[in-house]
Amino acid sequence: MSTISAVAAHDDHHGPEKGLLRWVKTTNHKDIGTLYLWFAFSMLLLGGAFAMGIRAELLHPGLQLMEPQFFNQLTTMHGLIMVFGAIMPAFVGLANWLIPMMIGAPDMALPRLNNWSFWILPFAGAILLSTFFMEGGAPAFGWTFYAPLSTSFAPDSTDFFIFAIHLLGFSSIMGAINIIATVLNMRAPEMRLMDMPLFVWTWLVTAFLLIGAMPVLAGAVTMMLTDRNFGTAFFDATGGGDPVLFQHIFWFFGHPEVYIMILPAFGVISHILPTFARKPLFGYSSMVYATASIAFLSYIVWAHHMFLTGMPVAAELYFMYATMLIAVPTGVKVFNWVATIWKGSMTFETPMLWALSFVMLFTIGGFSGLMLGIVPADIQYHDTYFVVAHFHYVLVTGALWGIIAAVFYWLPKWTGRMYNETLGKVHFWWAVISVNVVFFPQHFLGLAGMPRRIPDYSLQFADFNYISSIGAFAFGLSFVLFTYIVVDCIRNGKPADSRPWYSAKGLEWTLSSPAPYHSFNTPPSRADILAESQHS
Amino acid sequence: MSNQNYYIPHGTYWPIIGSIGISTMFVGFANLIHDVSWGAPVMGLGLTILVFMLFGWLGTVVNESISGIYNKQVDRTFRWGMSWFIFSEVMFFAAFFGALFYARILSVPWLDGAGNNMFTPELWEGFKATWPLVNTPGAIGQSGTAFSTGFELVNPWGLPAINTALLLSSGVTITYAHHALRKDHRNALIAWMIATIVLGVLFLGFQITEYGHAYHEGLKLTSGIYGSTFYLLTGFHGFHVTVGAIMLTVILYRIQKGHFNSENHFAFEGVAWYWHFVDVVWLGLFVFVYWL
Repeated sequence: MSTISAVAAHDDHHGPEKGLLRWVKTTNHKDIGTLYLWFAFSMLLLGGAFAMGIRAELLHPGLQLMEPQFFNQLTTMHGLIMVFGAIMPAFVGLANWLIPMMIGAPDMALPRLNNWSFWILPFAGAILLSTFFMEGGAPAFGWTFYAPLSTSFAPDSTDFFIFAIHLLGFSSIMGAINIIATVLNMRAPEMRLMDMPLFVWTWLVTAFLLIGAMPVLAGAVTMMLTDRNFGTAFFDATGGGDPVLFQHIFWFFGHPEVYIMILPAFGVISHILPTFARKPLFGYSSMVYATASIAFLSYIVWAHHMFLTGMPVAAELYFMYATMLIAVPTGVKVFNWVATIWKGSMTFETPMLWALSFVMLFTIGGFSGLMLGIVPADIQYHDTYFVVAHFHYVLVTGALWGIIAAVFYWLPKWTGRMYNETLGKVHFWWAVISVNVVFFPQHFLGLAGMPRRIPDYSLQFADFNYISSIGAFAFGLSFVLFTYIVVDCIRNGKPADSRPWYSAKGLEWTLSSPAPYHSFNTPPSRADILAESQHS
Repeated sequence: MSNQNYYIPHGTYWPIIGSIGISTMFVGFANLIHDVSWGAPVMGLGLTILVFMLFGWLGTVVNESISGIYNKQVDRTFRWGMSWFIFSEVMFFAAFFGALFYARILSVPWLDGAGNNMFTPELWEGFKATWPLVNTPGAIGQSGTAFSTGFELVNPWGLPAINTALLLSSGVTITYAHHALRKDHRNALIAWMIATIVLGVLFLGFQITEYGHAYHEGLKLTSGIYGSTFYLLTGFHGFHVTVGAIMLTVILYRIQKGHFNSENHFAFEGVAWYWHFVDVVWLGLFVFVYWL
């Protein structure tokens, strides 16, 4: 362990600057975290609005509201905005706010780079959204942008989409480098790796996944760019290439990507459950090893997304068995969460409600993932609404649930105020019921054979689609209440204690609420770190 | 515990300038490839802003570094940052090497009916899988581009072998430069740095010459999958050598200015790591693109 202190004491102990330019110039991890979170939230509302359009079209069979081409643009942009605009930036925002406080650091390791990581996003988002207004419309090939749909048969705006992806990739890679440098180099000198809270651990692993996966995506879109404009033949069989190659490269990025979106949520849940069950986290070290195992496995299972695109049988078998293996570390996690709350003195404040429902609903998504990972079964399920139901259970009731749980859990620390607990509970029950009304029937639709990414469907699918759409409108509306709760908390909330949750552990709770502008000017002592650690 | 402080900068405009620059550049480039008249100047403007930002931002960092406000911990941050940045670059090249291996081992033989793909021989009558793939299965691509057929292969034991020797030697000379720096042998340091840069520039010159030969003998970006992998792999590598050579030149300038001493010279080491990375990528290219 280094003897050099992480003290950040500045000669100039100033707070935030005045005026709007503060947000442009800021190098402060809390300011940047706030920017990330608000950006992600506005993208969530936008992507949600696209989803409302999709479900409105699917309310009844037959074409109702829009041209099929526009419907495809909506599904594509819904996916891209939610993945790259909402979920990923929201987790980076949480990382910015929380990691320095959790490891006893003054700030992130590379504060200027941190600012750039954020400030690329609005530009990339603007380029991506501008494609809606171009001739030929926005990309309409689905968020997975398979060749040749995205190369030979795509609108001109696709090249703008490609550069937007490049920019988003820069942002993610710089953010990930910063998080790794922060965790490895900015920890309080007395904090060992196995003292770190799980949110920090899961983010460290996630950052590694980002640096490994995002450059591969950059390579994929670069090949698309040259195939489209400069006559290369990567994805074109007439030139000796192969469209399936695109899928391999895409999913080599895409599978780690789904863990990028869920691992930090695992971390969040591992903080909330012990607090409200008033018990230490069960199996801290096995949680760490499970996280690392999931990350490793995520790199060697990508082709389970491609069982129907043509692969040697030996490869299908390998990818099936490797995929099944992921159930082991994930099972360890779910087991540990259940063991954590087992015989705990539980109370059901809003963050706990979100965390508990995460464990149940994410597990449903995990199990449907196992079903999809079985080659012979996947031949039936592939490209049906069953897949849509599966990944919305892991991404909405998994990743997004983790983010919302984190917002309620740490909002008192961020704002110094408590949210309205009654409204929080109302919102939770509203959201958790409606989200299941949206997505549970989609399992049945998929098993009955309804394909995904279509604006129209056969009559026998009408009832479940109707139910799903009604649920979607209700779920969408719940975010109006969510917005109100957050704004109301910021403006009118009752002052919060520095440790608003009795028995919450973690160094962030040793700071005042709201947390001071510079987190730790003197690193916490070994005794403080041990007192706040998640060890049992 | 010592009382050294971790330097946290306040308020900076460089990132937002960088964002404006890089987005302007990409928007200009996207318009340029769609033959919009203002595409090229806008792209140039964006690039200018980006270069201005790099000078300004890195200049600020250099000034902070020589004024001595960075401690050992900041130095370690830079080391972690540079290492993981290079790892991200490795993964970028991995995507293109992956495409190369996939084409060579799997998809090109499949087009000739290997692996029980019983329909492909019917689709591409008379197609023979070879590597390098000189004759593509179809003359016209799906995008309507004609794939040129028939080209002369680049002889690996001509210019590519010379280039391998040049780049490997430059890896040795930069190591000598580092040893000289650690012993404060200033003149030797400058000499080895100049040698490294000269070797890098020679490499680039030969690479451009070789591109000229290859192009005249029919190997183009539009020559199908061989041309695609050949030019994108060597092209991105050449771009990285160019960036590396520019960085080496900046480091040489900073050596002249006396910015480094035997203890404190992370910038030198970071560039040296980058140079070695470029070197290793070239070895992969020489073996799998030119030779085997």
